[in-house]
Amino acid sequence: MNIEGVDVDTSKRQFLTTAMTVVGAVGAGYLAVPFLAQMQPSTKALAAGAPTEVDISKMESGQLLRVEWRGKPAWLLNRTSEVLEALDTLEDKLSDPMSNESIQPEYCKNRYRSIKPELLVTIGLCTHLGCSPTFRPEVAPSDLGPDWKGGFFCPCHGSWFDLAGRVYRGVPAPTNMDIPPHRYVTETLIIIGEDDVEEGAEA
Amino acid sequence: MRKLITTLLILPFVAMAAGGEYKLDDAQIDLTDSLSLQRGAKNYVNYCLGCHSTKHIRYIRMAYDFNIEEERVLEEIAPEGANIYDTMHSAMNGHDAEKWFGITPPDLSLIARSRGADWLYTYLRSFYVDKAKTFGVNNAVLKDVGMPNPLWQLQGLQQAVYRNISGKEKLTKLRISEPGKLSPKEFDRFVNDLVNFLVYVGEPHQLERKRIGKYVLFYLLLFTVVAYLLKKEYWKDIHKKESTWSNLR
Amino acid sequence: MKSKHLADCGNWILKRFPLAKLWNEHMAQYYAPKNFNFWYFFGSLALLVLVNQIITGILLTMNYKPDAKLAFDSVEYIMRDVNWGWLIRYMHSTGASAFFIVIYLHMFRGIIYGSFKQPRELIWIFGMLIYLCLMAEAFMGYLLPWGQMSFWGAQVIISLFSAIPIVGDELALWIRGDYVISDATLNRFFAFHVIAIPLILIMLVFLHLVALHEVGSNNPDGVEIKESKDPFGVPVDGIPFHPYYTVKDIVGVGVFLFFFATVIFYMPEMGGYFLEHANFIPADPLATPEHIAPLWYFTPFYAILRAIPDKFAGVIGMGGAIFVLFLLPWLDRGPVKSIRYRGGIYKKALLLFVISFFALGYLGTQPATPTATIFARIFTVIYFGFFLLMPVYTRWEKTKRVPARVTHQPTLEERIQDLKQLFDEVTVKKPVKTADGKLVLKRKPDPERLKKAGIRIVKKLKDSLD
Repeated sequence: MNIEGVDVDTSKRQFLTTAMTVVGAVGAGYLAVPFLAQMQPSTKALAAGAPTEVDISKMESGQLLRVEWRGKPAWLLNRTSEVLEALDTLEDKLSDPMSNESIQPEYCKNRYRSIKPELLVTIGLCTHLGCSPTFRPEVAPSDLGPDWKGGFFCPCHGSWFDLAGRVYRGVPAPTNMDIPPHRYVTETLIIIGEDDVEEGAEA
Repeated sequence: MRKLITTLLILPFVAMAAGGEYKLDDAQIDLTDSLSLQRGAKNYVNYCLGCHSTKHIRYIRMAYDFNIEEERVLEEIAPEGANIYDTMHSAMNGHDAEKWFGITPPDLSLIARSRGADWLYTYLRSFYVDKAKTFGVNNAVLKDVGMPNPLWQLQGLQQAVYRNISGKEKLTKLRISEPGKLSPKEFDRFVNDLVNFLVYVGEPHQLERKRIGKYVLFYLLLFTVVAYLLKKEYWKDIHKKESTWSNLR
Repeated sequence: MKSKHLADCGNWILKRFPLAKLWNEHMAQYYAPKNFNFWYFFGSLALLVLVNQIITGILLTMNYKPDAKLAFDSVEYIMRDVNWGWLIRYMHSTGASAFFIVIYLHMFRGIIYGSFKQPRELIWIFGMLIYLCLMAEAFMGYLLPWGQMSFWGAQVIISLFSAIPIVGDELALWIRGDYVISDATLNRFFAFHVIAIPLILIMLVFLHLVALHEVGSNNPDGVEIKESKDPFGVPVDGIPFHPYYTVKDIVGVGVFLFFFATVIFYMPEMGGYFLEHANFIPADPLATPEHIAPLWYFTPFYAILRAIPDKFAGVIGMGGAIFVLFLLPWLDRGPVKSIRYRGGIYKKALLLFVISFFALGYLGTQPATPTATIFARIFTVIYFGFFLLMPVYTRWEKTKRVPARVTHQPTLEERIQDLKQLFDEVTVKKPVKTADGKLVLKRKPDPERLKKAGIRIVKKLKDSLD
């Protein structure tokens, strides 16, 4: 580095260069935090992500209710007892019948993927690439064939889900549809995005 | 030559005319005073929010900055039925307002940044009775104000006192003619809390900004010192080279 | 083993890209005069501010909405709801003013040391084009917050175009895309501000640097260091830019950022000069604010515009005030570059120019009262006189002999010593009784000595003007 062979204290120079590099890197690191953090959801986005209250007192048997939660479609399905019986028979056709690989709160990790068996709350998005599946409750329609026992069909890439949001085997979607955290405030009022579990992962 | 230069230097400042405006009083702004801010927020909701929204502040931000629980903000400050994420919007719609006042009352989120705390503090205390006006009041700071005095029950009524200054009638003082619910001292504190709150609303992050600033400046000082030592070390080469040459010569 | 892979990878690139060559030509073997003083920090600082503006600008566009209905609120959204939005916005708004401070000092450096003179005329021209772009960039950027000042400032400036005979009105209409400043204007200004002008700006900065590295840097002595070279062809007064000026510039960066951060964190409005108070009111096409003033960096030119009592002539005067700077390399007929060796008449003319620039800048922020207008006229005459009379007075001036090699001047560190000495000189130690009755020696300023030192400094200043 030096010119004309002048004696220099290289260790001091080395030390100062390292010190400058470290100080500069620390500063750059701290500066990067606000720059990157500004792309995180803003307070407005968080406000839109606030828990959604849904009144289910007027839901009919077999009805699907669509609401918005964090800008995503949240579905509430009132399942009939026939549907629940059909769900019991499907397990060998499903890829994750007990929801071991899928996203749901602990209290929904059961066959019907719900708190109360008849009422399913799920995020209406296919776990493959995020399309919203269509609701097809009818059994064995002509376009889906005799194996269809009622469920959600994703038109984008043909994934099949049953009426508990569980994915069939041999379709592109890897896991069951997501279940958001939710709880019953009263018998007829559900709040989505909040549960009794303190500081839940999704809360 | 020098005379010309000095004259040119001084003159523009002499040429500045002194303004003949109503004297502004000093507001005591202290954004670390959470209680004052809470009182101010409460007063704002009670006396101002009816007409003036503050659409850029959210209740949740206030809970955070005042260092109180979200529930308390909803119970004590926010109007009935507000959500913690809501911004402070006014109950009145712009169409009605235009019919009643001739204009839509402006949003006050940034009023402290455009007008300044002292102006607001003086303005809110300077309404006086003037029968010629639509709302029966005028204001010493903002002449022909298009707004009634929302605080008159607290302050009471004021009369303007004029004095003749070089041939012109000038409003110099306001005198309370009919006392209100609050004593002048209490009322000043009331308005001061309100203005404190408005200053806060103008830039909710300002305390955080100043707090972070200390660390940034300290870091930059350290940065500069290290950089200076590094520079001195490297430039020894140049100074040594210079002295070897002068020896040779 | 791993480092060998890394080296292979490096070589693969070096064989295909002249990285080493570029590095040597522009950093390690770019020889800069060794006598740069603090005036030479501002070039690299301008580059730093440019980078700051581009990065923070990109981040701002992520949340800003160029729509007349949404723009004002989206800025407040950035200031409040976006994480760290306030910091990024203040970095950008303070950066705009810092850019002009740095650029004005950089230009002034060029003027006092004759950096615009032969053979560096083209560097000056590129620099002036950068300055012009910067003005356009700042002007259009200032419309984006869509406050009262944004709106009426743009209204006034665009109306200037309508002063041009025949095509003026059509031109102003074409620029606005509407009969008033409107959503269409905002939208196109956004496009210019975030992409068109920055692209040109970066191109021009590149050309400015290429031209500079071709002829080499000037220095405070105005001596061409390439004229005295050692047997290896290296200028004897030159030192490699890297590491010597890189480490030195880092010190400058540290000091600059200290001031920059002080403004951002403690006075982002800078008393209404960096962010004007009226701009916190949303744009209202029906009500002009009582007093409109452009941002501080435009005020000298704005004052010239107002000083001239004719609309078209005013526009010409304002444009001319900027255009005349382009001609500087040809107006100056002086044989020497640096102010150190120029005659007294140039120094006095320059001092008058600086005073008139500041005075015009101040007058531009004030309401145009009749007295203020008269002063603005006087200073406008001085402003133009400095340039237009330059071919005359620079020809006469008695210059001093320019040394063959660069000289050594006291550095800032050494000046601090002088200051200490001066302090010792004007103060005397006096015994003072403290509250508890002790005698303590305290330094007190001595009026006699102060007067003496004052007279000496004034004399020195006067001598330096000859």
